Amino acid sequence: MPVLQIRGLTHYFGGLRAVHDFNLDLEPGELIGIIGPNGAGKTTIFNLITGVHRPTEGEIFFNGHNLVGKRPEQIVSLGIARTFQTIRLFRNLSVLDNVRIAHFARTRYRLMTAMFRLPKYMHEEAEVRERALELLDLMGLSEQANWVASSLPYGLQRRLEIARALATEPRLLLLDEPAAGMNPGEIADLMELIQWIRRRFDLTIILIEHQMRVVMGICERIKVLDFGETIAEGTPAEIQNNPRVIEAYLGEEAIV
Amino acid sequence: MKRPSFSFLSRVSAPFRSAYESLPMPVRRWTVPALLVIFFIIALLSPSFLNLYWQQVLIYVGINIILTASLNLVNGYMGEFSVGHAGFMAVGAYVASILTVWIFPRWGLGAYIPFLFPVALLVGGLAAGLTGLVIAFPSFRTRGDYLAIVTLAWNMIVKSVLENIDAIGGPRGFMGMQKLTSVAWVYVWVVITIYLLRNLVYSNYGRGTLSIREDEIASSLVSVDTRKVKITVFVVAALFAGIAGGLFAHIIQFINPRSFSILKSTDVLVMVYLGGIGSLGGSILGATVYTVLLELLRPLQVWRWVVGPLMLVLLMIFRPYGMMGMREWRFLIPWEELPETVTALRERVRRKRETLTAPAPVGGSSD
Repeated sequence: MPVLQIRGLTHYFGGLRAVHDFNLDLEPGELIGIIGPNGAGKTTIFNLITGVHRPTEGEIFFNGHNLVGKRPEQIVSLGIARTFQTIRLFRNLSVLDNVRIAHFARTRYRLMTAMFRLPKYMHEEAEVRERALELLDLMGLSEQANWVASSLPYGLQRRLEIARALATEPRLLLLDEPAAGMNPGEIADLMELIQWIRRRFDLTIILIEHQMRVVMGICERIKVLDFGETIAEGTPAEIQNNPRVIEAYLGEEAIV
Repeated sequence: MKRPSFSFLSRVSAPFRSAYESLPMPVRRWTVPALLVIFFIIALLSPSFLNLYWQQVLIYVGINIILTASLNLVNGYMGEFSVGHAGFMAVGAYVASILTVWIFPRWGLGAYIPFLFPVALLVGGLAAGLTGLVIAFPSFRTRGDYLAIVTLAWNMIVKSVLENIDAIGGPRGFMGMQKLTSVAWVYVWVVITIYLLRNLVYSNYGRGTLSIREDEIASSLVSVDTRKVKITVFVVAALFAGIAGGLFAHIIQFINPRSFSILKSTDVLVMVYLGGIGSLGGSILGATVYTVLLELLRPLQVWRWVVGPLMLVLLMIFRPYGMMGMREWRFLIPWEELPETVTALRERVRRKRETLTAPAPVGGSSD
């Protein structure tokens, strides 16, 4: 049974059709890529899945839950986490706090318990602190636990964003152009990291990329979008030789 | 945004800090509680060595600390802009006063009023919190300037409602309160307020609040229930403003609607931004400096009321982070949140780490 089922997903921004009739069946453990030129509607799909926007039409089912109309924090609690195209860390907070904030939905203590530092609060907080540090350690970020997030070098900020997403204990991870702004060496490291966290946390992953060669290496299946339409779908090899994809990427004249 | 470095303060506090750090660990842990007790004794004895004027100044400092710290929660930690804090203060002041002047004597509790004073303050605070809930529900459905407009209107509504209820004196005001607020009482309430707010700030709710200021969308996408956090924090802030109002009513023994106008709210805003957003230490500092400054400027007469708004404008332009923006005094940080505690825990976690770790971090100095 698919983890994520998307049927006829369509979204308009005013008169602009950002996504049209997008369909997807995602099996557990799959790593698929969504590629397409700028403005093809890739990020909009992530915004629709995570509840940032409410789709104009269509259905999204995640493990049997209908996501349409749910608030972002509810969707996260169901097990979908994401990162952002432009890094959106809590810049003035510490690295540790960035990860701890992602434990919000799983802490059970109430306000009064916290304000009076009752044992339940102390106990749960100690657990959150330890788990957050374990995750940071696992991601190679524990040295920087006390740093302010904005003082991390770019590559580590990307890494922290992934760590923060993992802290919500997702089943499905949405990565929005994680390689943006990275040099080839960093991209290679990142690809390795993505495959590692996929195994380690037993994740299903959707990866949005602007650059085709990045997804070619690690995705089993690729969907190509152009102006909100799905123009191709298949294995990396099939996609590479698809005339419509080449057209979308290189312009019409190139294939003549 | 770049954080301000505040070398002056750290230079002043350096000798104290090194003296503190040279103490053995068990002594260190009890230093702050011991100092709090000593200060309490001093506050209890203060009527014997301070004249009434300076007692009153100290009491105002304390009340302003409570107001500033609570508003800082909304304006500093959460990054919203609430401008009607005096409205909640008014609710607390009137409710507490009605309790001590009318209700308690009617119930035959007249003789116990000094002991029931905390109850009156708490009820006043709860009433203010309740009105805060009513304000917060519609205000936080949308973002941005909406809250500022609603709280501004709220402050004006409170004032004109109070002016039109003749039973509580209308524009003439309400009096008959005993002088129950003393330096010691205010001190106790300040300590309680700062302690409880500190605990909130370092909890889930506090981190959620900060994350809303940093990036609200990202915050909801890492599971923070932003609406719940915003409403909760706003209500807590209103509650403490109500308590401050009760304390205020029982020192001047006469309140009228004009005491809780926009001017009063502006004063609190100035203290928040002077002391520093996102810092309880800053709130203590801001409230103290501003209150004492206004007292020292008494010779300027009416002109001293220009100081507040002028300072607000200048602060916003030249030092939007205030004196202690985003920093905290060490003694206000719970021990388990101190950097060295985190470092120690990190080492412990590392020692028991699994053999399987992530590939090496991406190159350290990329741009």
